[in-house]
Amino acid sequence: MTEQVPTVETASATDSALSLLEEKFKNAVRRDDREGYDGLIVDPAKLVEVAAAVRDELGYDYLASAQAVDYLGAGDHLEMVYNLYRTTGGPGLALRAQTPRDTATLPSLVSVWPGADFQEREAWDLMGIRFEGHPNLQRILMWEGFHGHPLRKDWKEAYYEQDQKPFDSRWPDGNVWRSEEHNAYGKNVVYPEGFTLDGYEPVAEDAFYDEANLGVDIRPSDLDTDRIVVSLGPQHPSTHGVFRMIVTLNGETIERLQPVMGYLHRNHDKIGERNTFLQNMPFTDRLDYFCSLSNNFGYAVAVEKLMALGKRWEPPTYRAEVIRVLMAELTRILNHLVAIGFMLNDMGAYFTPLMYAIVERELILDFFEAVTGSRMMCNYFRFGGVAMDLPAQMHSTANLLNERVREFDTMQYLRELINERLPRAIDQTDDLLTTNEILTNRSIGVGVLTREQAIAHSAAGPVLRASGVPYDVRRADPYSIYPDLEFDVAVRDHGDIYDRYLVRVDEMRESVRILKQVLRLLGETEGQPFFSGRGGIYSPRVPAGEAYGRVENPKGELGFFVVSDGGQNPWRYHVRAPSFINLTALETMCKGHKVADVVTILGSIDIVLGELDR
Amino acid sequence: MTNDDFLRELHDPDIPVPEGMTSAIAVTSFGKLLNAIYNWGRRNSIWPMSFGLACCAIEMIATASSRFDQARFGMEVLRASPRQADLMIVSGTVTKKMVVPIVRLYNQMAEPKYVLAMGACAIGGGPFKEGYNVVSGIDKYVPVDVYVPGCPPTPQALLHGFMILQKKIDGQSLGNPNSTPWYGRGPSDPVPVPILGPDIIDPRQAHILRRQAEATQAAPDVAEAGDDAEAQV
Repeated sequence: MTEQVPTVETASATDSALSLLEEKFKNAVRRDDREGYDGLIVDPAKLVEVAAAVRDELGYDYLASAQAVDYLGAGDHLEMVYNLYRTTGGPGLALRAQTPRDTATLPSLVSVWPGADFQEREAWDLMGIRFEGHPNLQRILMWEGFHGHPLRKDWKEAYYEQDQKPFDSRWPDGNVWRSEEHNAYGKNVVYPEGFTLDGYEPVAEDAFYDEANLGVDIRPSDLDTDRIVVSLGPQHPSTHGVFRMIVTLNGETIERLQPVMGYLHRNHDKIGERNTFLQNMPFTDRLDYFCSLSNNFGYAVAVEKLMALGKRWEPPTYRAEVIRVLMAELTRILNHLVAIGFMLNDMGAYFTPLMYAIVERELILDFFEAVTGSRMMCNYFRFGGVAMDLPAQMHSTANLLNERVREFDTMQYLRELINERLPRAIDQTDDLLTTNEILTNRSIGVGVLTREQAIAHSAAGPVLRASGVPYDVRRADPYSIYPDLEFDVAVRDHGDIYDRYLVRVDEMRESVRILKQVLRLLGETEGQPFFSGRGGIYSPRVPAGEAYGRVENPKGELGFFVVSDGGQNPWRYHVRAPSFINLTALETMCKGHKVADVVTILGSIDIVLGELDR
Repeated sequence: MTNDDFLRELHDPDIPVPEGMTSAIAVTSFGKLLNAIYNWGRRNSIWPMSFGLACCAIEMIATASSRFDQARFGMEVLRASPRQADLMIVSGTVTKKMVVPIVRLYNQMAEPKYVLAMGACAIGGGPFKEGYNVVSGIDKYVPVDVYVPGCPPTPQALLHGFMILQKKIDGQSLGNPNSTPWYGRGPSDPVPVPILGPDIIDPRQAHILRRQAEATQAAPDVAEAGDDAEAQV
């Protein structure tokens, strides 16, 4: 695979966009001519008009990702980057808007792409950019009243030691350092100077409740119902972790829904900037913890895109790409089985379908453990390949075909798993659930997201494809060896819960189809190198520049936005999490439905909190 | 524990029992018998709260499902309400935003209650320790009974943690009020709920806050005095 080709394509896409926009907006648009950068820099005053033109006239209807970068010391401005794509496929376009660090104000693009809503709130929360015209510019991951905007380069956390790892306090002598002992409170806290509790009033959550008219409000109608506000979560069995929704109910009908997140905000972005490029690989495992291997894939693709700008770069070997696709597709089946299990959990089939799914999950995890050494947190991909080849033999406590229980030839195990066990499990799921009356009654026509809404809200993955948009990154913007593989993009038209379920079942079947081809390729490439780097050195030399790499994760488009200043560490590391952005459309899907449906709609989006809050 | 072991442990070695009857008879004091039955009942019916935080929660679910099957420990009844739960498994990274509900949930659990910190994050912050929104260990806020290391711990490790917890329960005695404080007079004190201020505030540390504030106030005074002294010179 040559990584150069897409760069050239992107450049030509930028050129054609520029010539059109220059004509229309004269001096408001210029090309970004920094080394390693691509895209257009737009004058903030004209940003909304330019964005509308880009959407309507150039056809870039899909806002994949929007994130801010703090260029402290390199221009001293904040830059908002919008990565745009066409839902018909093809290379993307990066729009940029710059603003000084002290005033930090930009116009909001929610009117053009509603999918920018949460992403702009995140940029306000973490980077302190105020978006004028945003309907609800509140903090999203941290709480109201938190001091500062943590992703600014000059903001320092309580356990701050140095900007970049490895820290001098520990390396190279291997000293023990306990951050607690260096903090007056023995905890991970830092307060503004002179702060005490005397007379302090925390910013309460009144904002959520005031607007929604907390309390009883009886209205004259056919049936008198009370209007009440309910806080669902963060500890609630149906929220898949620590997600919270504040819903305004009229009787049992949803009038308003406000997602509250950040209960698992683990600061991936900030920690990622301190880490070296390679040190981030194990952190990506912990984003979507069902799909650690495909998260690795996304990060590897992004950094490799950046490394391709440099001279001393060899793309991953063919065998490495084959193994990568094997891992990604096994992960997809695993995720979809479990996602269907959880969705049925939310419908009241307490745990039974999930138990079936977890049986298959254990079989796949046995293989992951044999290859990578860990069940869940695999940390397996490297820039230029993978960490090790498949082992010849593996242990498994599985009893695949009622014969062997412990010792397996790895390829034999894979063949049995892919050719017999998994198709059987998918058929079983299909048989038991697809025509099940409870499932169909609860899901057909519920939580509908139309085609236009799905695109506008930047929905991704099965949520987007169930709404009739055949958009799959593996086909729309191909990476790895997917162009050589035969498979169809699963798509359905109604955009309800049932179609999301069906898309998942179809996708699992397509994954099995891919895996069968991969099995053949694995046999053909046996013994070939699995890593392209010299001397097994994993730490890359990453040239200065910016890259947005994306893969089709089971939950949707997973993107990694990486900026490098040419050093050991990324200057900016941002994750475009499908779970996070898919939730932008949650209120649209839930309005008018009953409170019990909210739970199933949330289940059908398939969120995972590690990725949602990052 | 097999039946024989149970009897042997219960038996008072000072009282002789006829040869050949040791596997069928145990002579013991009433207190010891009561303790044994009391703990036997409790250790085999611990109801965990179904409460997943992060990655570790997935391994917790795997432990509950068929291959590992925590029902063998009488622990299959996951309760969503803290009022019905005996054990809080803190399964994952505790963030500052989340520690407030966790402390509330802990306070709402009925005694006797146990806390199991699962995974590196819950024990001490783990890989995310330096993060600005991460609590470096749940034991900074609520008392922890069992620590299960790992990232995430395998289901086997979690099962081992359950066994350690059972051992701990076995060691608690009705005769010793210190080990069964829930039979003491009056309710136990709740853990003060942290406040989300400019950063998370533990009300128990209010005095340190005041001391720090005074120190920073004092410092500029010294500087001003120094300036004055210079001006006079």
